Amino acid sequence: MKMPEEEREVILSQVGEVLKDFRLSRESLIPVLQKVQEKLGYLPVLAMEKVAGDLGIPAVDVFGVASFYNQFRFNPPGENEIKVCMGTACYIAGGKIALDSFERRLEIKEGETTADRKYSLERVACVGCCTMAPVVVVNDKVEGHVTPTRVDGILLGLETGRQNEGTGRDGEGRQNR
Amino acid sequence: MSAEVTLTIDGQQVKAVAGEKLLFVALNNGIYIPHLCAIAEEERPSACCRLCFVEIEGLSRPVTACTQKVRDKMTVRTRTPKVDRLVKTGFELLLSDHRLQCRTCPKNGACQLQMVARERGLKLKTGRFKPLAKDIPVDHSPETFSFDAGRCVLCGQCVHADQNIARVGAINFINRGLKRKIGTFNNRCLRDSPCTECGLCVKACPVGALTFKT
Ligand code: SF4
Ligand code: SF4
Ligand code: FES
Ligand code: FES
Repeated sequence: MKMPEEEREVILSQVGEVLKDFRLSRESLIPVLQKVQEKLGYLPVLAMEKVAGDLGIPAVDVFGVASFYNQFRFNPPGENEIKVCMGTACYIAGGKIALDSFERRLEIKEGETTADRKYSLERVACVGCCTMAPVVVVNDKVEGHVTPTRVDGILLGLETGRQNEGTGRDGEGRQNR
Repeated sequence: MSAEVTLTIDGQQVKAVAGEKLLFVALNNGIYIPHLCAIAEEERPSACCRLCFVEIEGLSRPVTACTQKVRDKMTVRTRTPKVDRLVKTGFELLLSDHRLQCRTCPKNGACQLQMVARERGLKLKTGRFKPLAKDIPVDHSPETFSFDAGRCVLCGQCVHADQNIARVGAINFINRGLKRKIGTFNNRCLRDSPCTECGLCVKACPVGALTFKT
């Protein structure tokens, strides 16, 4: 996947902007990465390389820190952000099955974004509505009792732009509890 | 500054320089204590392998010898029931996500895990813990060596060699938890990293994870 020249320039100039406000040393690494992600939505490889170069540390150190913390992502958020809950209640109720279904249907792994950037998939911890487990949050909207059939329903809804129809609330998939 | 101290390890009187780390004092005096992660010149050791436990008189619990500075009149025991239990458990945990195939391993015979097993009468197999097979492919991309992450014990010796001795910065710890491993920037193969193939990391590796090609 080759990145268009203009996108590269945007990344480099944005990272340059961020770095202006920091002391260029290893201690600034985490706050710099947070700011970069705030601006770009994720940490592109090019951005991490620039941060490493300007802070004067090996690129692998930047990658090591970024891959340690859940808050950093290496892929751009999709137009539709799908977050599968892997909190205790959801995990036990089959959250992994929901995640597997999304991975299979979207042909990406957790933490990735589809090539057309339409969907991104990630796992989150308890989102606070365990009674509806397993829970999936789609574009900030909570879907409960997500079975593999419901996964198909959710994706179909997003494809046809009718996300509001047939959520977990109306009982679909509930018989599987 | 460097006052000399006298301590007792397993009944043997030993002289050392105050401030030295107990583990290396013992090793230099021919007393074996299992260890994988300790680096002599490291002021603050990571103490991550959990194999170098000893009991020190006056301390209620076993402590890691790689983090203890020697003091005058210290009395140390390297083998006690508590120590043996901790080492056994730590060793089994290490083996539980280790691709154990000594017969075909390039490090067979010179491996520090085998050394620990031999010295402490431990078995080289996973007992109580469910094996967590690591299916990470071997990186054969360098001309002179290979990296088999499935045999890595995450001791950090290679990172020290790469970052502080060779001063290259090709490898480090990446990810967290069960996915933690030694890696390169963006998970590139070593050939596409800044690695210069100086070989220092390979020489530092205590097990069969980093090995020279023959
Ligand atoms: S690294 Fe050591 S314990 Fe592991 S397979 Fe090789 S020789 Fe055996
Ligand atoms: S590759 Fe070898 S030296 Fe490096 S962390 Fe793994 S076991 Fe230790
Ligand atoms: S565990 Fe998923 S909402 Fe609580
Ligand atoms: S050598 Fe002390 S914990 Fe590893």
